[in-house]
Amino acid sequence: MAAIPLPTSIDQTAELLRSGGYVAERSLATALFLALAMKRPLFLEGEAGVGKTEIAKVLSHTLKRDLIRLQCYEGLDISSAVYEWNYPRQIMAIRLAEAAGKSTDAAQQIYSEQYLIKRPLMQALEKHDGGPPVLLIDELDRTDEPFEAFLLEVLSDFQVTIPELGTVKADQPPIVIITSNRTREIHDALKRRCLYHWVDYPNAERERAILAAKAPDVGEKLGTQVVNFVQMLRGMELFKPPGIAETIDWAMALKVLNARELEPATVDATLGVVLKYQDDIARVRGVVATQGVEAAKKAAV
Amino acid sequence: MPGTALPNNIMHFARILRRAGLPIGPGKVLAALQALPLINISNKDDVYWALHAMFVDKHAQSEIFELAFARFWRAPSQANDDLSLIDQAQKQRGDQDVRPASRRISDAFADQAIAQTKSDNVEPPASDVVASWSASEKLRSQDFETMSTAEMAEAKRLMAVLRLPIPSVRTRRFVASNFGPRIDLRATMRASLGTGELIQLKRRARGQRHPPLVVLCDISGSMAAYARMLLHFLHAITNDRDRVHVFLFGTRLTNVTRELKHRDPDVALARVGRSVQDWSGGTRIGEALRTFNQHWSRRVLGQGAVTLLITDGLDRDGGEGLAIEAQRLQRSSRRLIWLNPLLRYAGFEPKSAGIRAILPHVDEFRPAHNLDSLAALIAALADVNAARREFASVAA
Repeated sequence: MAAIPLPTSIDQTAELLRSGGYVAERSLATALFLALAMKRPLFLEGEAGVGKTEIAKVLSHTLKRDLIRLQCYEGLDISSAVYEWNYPRQIMAIRLAEAAGKSTDAAQQIYSEQYLIKRPLMQALEKHDGGPPVLLIDELDRTDEPFEAFLLEVLSDFQVTIPELGTVKADQPPIVIITSNRTREIHDALKRRCLYHWVDYPNAERERAILAAKAPDVGEKLGTQVVNFVQMLRGMELFKPPGIAETIDWAMALKVLNARELEPATVDATLGVVLKYQDDIARVRGVVATQGVEAAKKAAV
Repeated sequence: MPGTALPNNIMHFARILRRAGLPIGPGKVLAALQALPLINISNKDDVYWALHAMFVDKHAQSEIFELAFARFWRAPSQANDDLSLIDQAQKQRGDQDVRPASRRISDAFADQAIAQTKSDNVEPPASDVVASWSASEKLRSQDFETMSTAEMAEAKRLMAVLRLPIPSVRTRRFVASNFGPRIDLRATMRASLGTGELIQLKRRARGQRHPPLVVLCDISGSMAAYARMLLHFLHAITNDRDRVHVFLFGTRLTNVTRELKHRDPDVALARVGRSVQDWSGGTRIGEALRTFNQHWSRRVLGQGAVTLLITDGLDRDGGEGLAIEAQRLQRSSRRLIWLNPLLRYAGFEPKSAGIRAILPHVDEFRPAHNLDSLAALIAALADVNAARREFASVAA
């Protein structure tokens, strides 16, 4: 299968994302286009729920590339991220060789590729049908600092060095998307190797477009009111302002409840879909919600 | 390929950004030169975002970039002559609020001058204060920012023995260990290659590590007597371990972690002195905690941090909104430890509204009887028994 060619301009990149149902700002399309054209990793930072992970999924879908996802967590190490030796097989091989009286050969053979278990980063360097895969390194801020050091070699040279085997290098570098929720600062050495983009909350117009693309069943009237209300919430200095994911969930929830437009009672009942902290819900429920609904309706006209 | 004008302009622009404090090496300049031929450079927005992707690697830098870009595009040749705008932007680096640098600096100095004259009638004049302050009084009459070599050596020695009442936590990362619960197969295999026998099992166990530490320190008028010593402590602890974040507050909250990272305490304290504008003013603890909860808690408390709150609990706003914010802070931290230098005599009763608001929401309460030296502070932090005693008496 021939690989789908990468976009050759910013407009094409934006169009590609749009065809996958992702409404991107021009700034994001620019960063992504350059990352693809220059074969550099793209480092996306932003609040939770603004659509960072989604970009990788849409890319893999629209370009028909494999998506290799590495979800980060504390304590993530080489053996679960890059590679591990298959110890039971190695031990078996040694025992068999001993039984056959050829133990010296076995010592050399057990560190060959057939005893290697490949983890996501290693898989991303392999040859894939349909072109280099999309490698998503998700929520990098969840790992501890030592893991970032493992990534440096992979991201700058697209290679992995295995002491016992040698260096494995990708013929064609994968498309790398790294996301971070900024629960800690990522080291400069890693950022230096990437193109950086801060994914912000969208403005009302773009949020309406996103909602229309993601939840087409929701009527335009309800959708506009939902977006206006959420935009108001974001201006309120809540502990956790709602992301785009919450907007979509909320619109869908209201749709399930057969709401045609926002009503204070429905809003109060469904606030838990948009706001995830009790303090925030308590602040908004009641008077603020009623006023917000009125304002959202007025602005929608 | 672009002509010579474009590369020259890009390098020039990169130099300006570098002067404004953005970490831009030749690698980034090369990347920018590679990137521009790929896009339509007659579209200013595209050029903006392309260069933004190359040169910026923190959200906070976007503002400096925007200022510099706007200025540069208006008149590239003059940008070098008039760098005041960039210098100004540089002062705002590190997530500080936007306001003219010159004013911030003069404000900081003005406030300090007021503090000097005010220090005689600083509240609260408790009876034993005068005696214990005499030593620190002398220090304050010296330059606030200098520290003698002997003092520095003493600070280093004290930091070495400092045991914060914070147990280290087990990480999920494994390290080699003789009696660890897990078998390290990789090490075992390698060891066995030498002997040819799979006899000696290598083991591993989970590592230990300090949890991140976040310090919120009050620098208002009533705490002024301790400011210098506390800053030295904060400087020492910031440079002693990793993952320490320090915030100072009076009427507003300032993140001084980056300033304190400078290894020389004098330079570090001078920088802190410049970046903080509300030395020795009033305290608005509730407002400061609210700002912290809103803008910083998710960024610095994410990995199970312990929070150390240093304040006397005397709040200008009379404790308004403080309880809710203290509660939110406690819920976001692994532990919330409160160090209170006001509690230096027995029979203290929590009468102040601020103290009553915070007290129910702290995990640990540390009174400091005599906070005129680093040693006393460290002793106060480490003395578990005294803390329990006080807490029991205050809570009762």
